[in-house]
Amino acid sequence: MLHIKCPHCGMRSQNEFSYGGDASVKRPELNKEISDQDWDNFVYNRKSLRGKHIEFWQHLSGCRQWIKVERDTATHEIFKTLKANEDF
Amino acid sequence: MQKYSIFNLIKNAFSSHQNWDLAWKDATPKKEYDVVIIGGGGHGLATAYYLAKEHNITNVAIIEKGWLGGGNMGRNTTIIRSNYMYDDNALFSEFGMDLWRKMSQDLNYNVMFSPRGIINLAHSDAQMNVFARRGNSMRLNGIDAVLLNREEVKEIIPMADFSDNVRFPIYGGLMQPSAGTARHDAVAWGYARQADSMGVDIIQNCEVTGFDVSGGKINGVRTSRGDIKVKKIGLCVAGSTNILAEKLNMIIPVETHLLQACVTEPVKPVLDSVVTFGAGHFYISQSDKGEMVMGGDLDGYNSYAQRGNLPTLQHVLTEGIAMMPFLSKLKMLRTWGGIMDMSMDGSPIIDKTHIEGLYLNCGWCYGGFKATPASGWTFAHTIAQDRVHKLNEGYSLSRFNTGHLLDEKGLGTKTWIS
Repeated sequence: MLHIKCPHCGMRSQNEFSYGGDASVKRPELNKEISDQDWDNFVYNRKSLRGKHIEFWQHLSGCRQWIKVERDTATHEIFKTLKANEDF
Repeated sequence: MQKYSIFNLIKNAFSSHQNWDLAWKDATPKKEYDVVIIGGGGHGLATAYYLAKEHNITNVAIIEKGWLGGGNMGRNTTIIRSNYMYDDNALFSEFGMDLWRKMSQDLNYNVMFSPRGIINLAHSDAQMNVFARRGNSMRLNGIDAVLLNREEVKEIIPMADFSDNVRFPIYGGLMQPSAGTARHDAVAWGYARQADSMGVDIIQNCEVTGFDVSGGKINGVRTSRGDIKVKKIGLCVAGSTNILAEKLNMIIPVETHLLQACVTEPVKPVLDSVVTFGAGHFYISQSDKGEMVMGGDLDGYNSYAQRGNLPTLQHVLTEGIAMMPFLSKLKMLRTWGGIMDMSMDGSPIIDKTHIEGLYLNCGWCYGGFKATPASGWTFAHTIAQDRVHKLNEGYSLSRFNTGHLLDEKGLGTKTWIS
C-alpha cells in the first residue's frame, strides 16, 4: 500500500487516490505551429523509465484536487508531493 | 539433438536417466552475429527458432539479462485465445492458434496445450448484443465462437453465482471452444532446445548496456559480457522496452505497468474452462495441479517493481468472489507480479524502426503469452526479409502517428478510461 502525502490533506492511503500519468508531459501551446511529432509526443509517447518519475494523482476520495508526486517506479519510494500548479 | 520419445525414455531408463543430453548449451558471446535478439523470453526464443527454421538464419544470439523465461514468460496465467473482433487481431491470433495446436509435435516437447475453451461472461442484454457481434465477426474470420445463454453457461460452470439477487447476474456468455491453456515454462524450454539445436546461442546473465548506431544504422550492441558486432537487432524485452528505447534515443507509445496474478491452494477439479467476468476485469482457470489461477487489473501506475500492491489484488479478488462465491473459502497460495509493456491503444507493435537494422516487438499488454508463436513467427519474418508480413501489418509503430489505431478493447495504459 502506498502512502501519499496530499499537500492539502496530509498523509493518506493509496485507496483514496487515482492515478493520472506522467506529469512532465507538456501540452503543446495553442496558437503556434505544432508539428505532428509534437502532438504524438504529447498524446502517445512516454519515457516511462525505471527510477524517479513525476506523475499526477488525484485525491479522488478526499479533497478531489490534482497533485504532483515524485515517486520511484522500482521501489515506490515517494520523495516529494506538490500542488498541481507547483513545479519541481 | 536427442529426440524425446518413448523409445529414448526406455533406453535412458537403463542408465537411470543420467545420460540425457543438456536441453541447451550455456553459450558465451561470440564477436559477431547475423542477428541478435535481445530478451530470452517466449517471444525472443520463438523469434530465434523461426529465424532458424523458416529463414535458415542460424548465426543468431539471444541475449538475456536474467535467466531464460524468467520474466513474464514465467509469470503469466497461460491463457491462449483468439477471440478478437478486429481483422488484424483476429487473423494474427488465429494464425497463432494453428501454431499452438502443432507446437508439441513441432518442438518435440510436450507443451501441454489444453484447448479447454474460454467463456467471456455477459451481465446485461447490451453485453449479449456486443458479444453476438464479436462472435459473428470471429466466425467470419474462421474462428470458432458460440453464444451461450444463461442455462448453457450454467451447464458448464454451475459453481458460478446464478442466484437471483446478485449485483451482476449472468445473462450468458461468448465461448471460444478451441481456446485454452498451455504449460508456459515448457513453451520457453521447447523453443530454447530447438533453437539451440539449430545453432542459436542462448546467452544468459548478459545485460545490454548500449548500442552502436552510426549513420542511422545498427552496427553492434554493447553488453556486460563484451561488445558484439551485428547488423540486425530484434528487441523482445516486454516491460523493459522503455529502458532500451532510451538507450536508443527513441521515445515510444508504451508505458511500463505492473500486473498481478495469484493462485489458490490446489483443490479437486472444479473448473474445466477459462472464465472471465464481464462486469469488471477478472479471469480464472484451474491448473493441472488444481490451483485456481487468477488475475485481473493493472496496479494502475507506472511500475518496474515486479511485485504487486494489495489494494488492486483485493479489488480483483472481490470481482472473483462476486462471480464464483466458493473462492472465498480457498486459501491463497502465491501472488506475484510482472511488468507489462502497455501500448497506448492496447495492441502490440511488431515493426521496423527508423534505425536501419533495428526491429521492435513490444506493447503486448495483458496478452503476450498467447501470442508467443505468432509473434515469433512474424517477427522472424520481419527481421529476415526486412519487411513486415501481412499478419503484422496492423501492428505498425507508425499507426499512432497516422491515426490507424487498433483500439479493440481500449485497454491501454489508461485503465481508468475503460
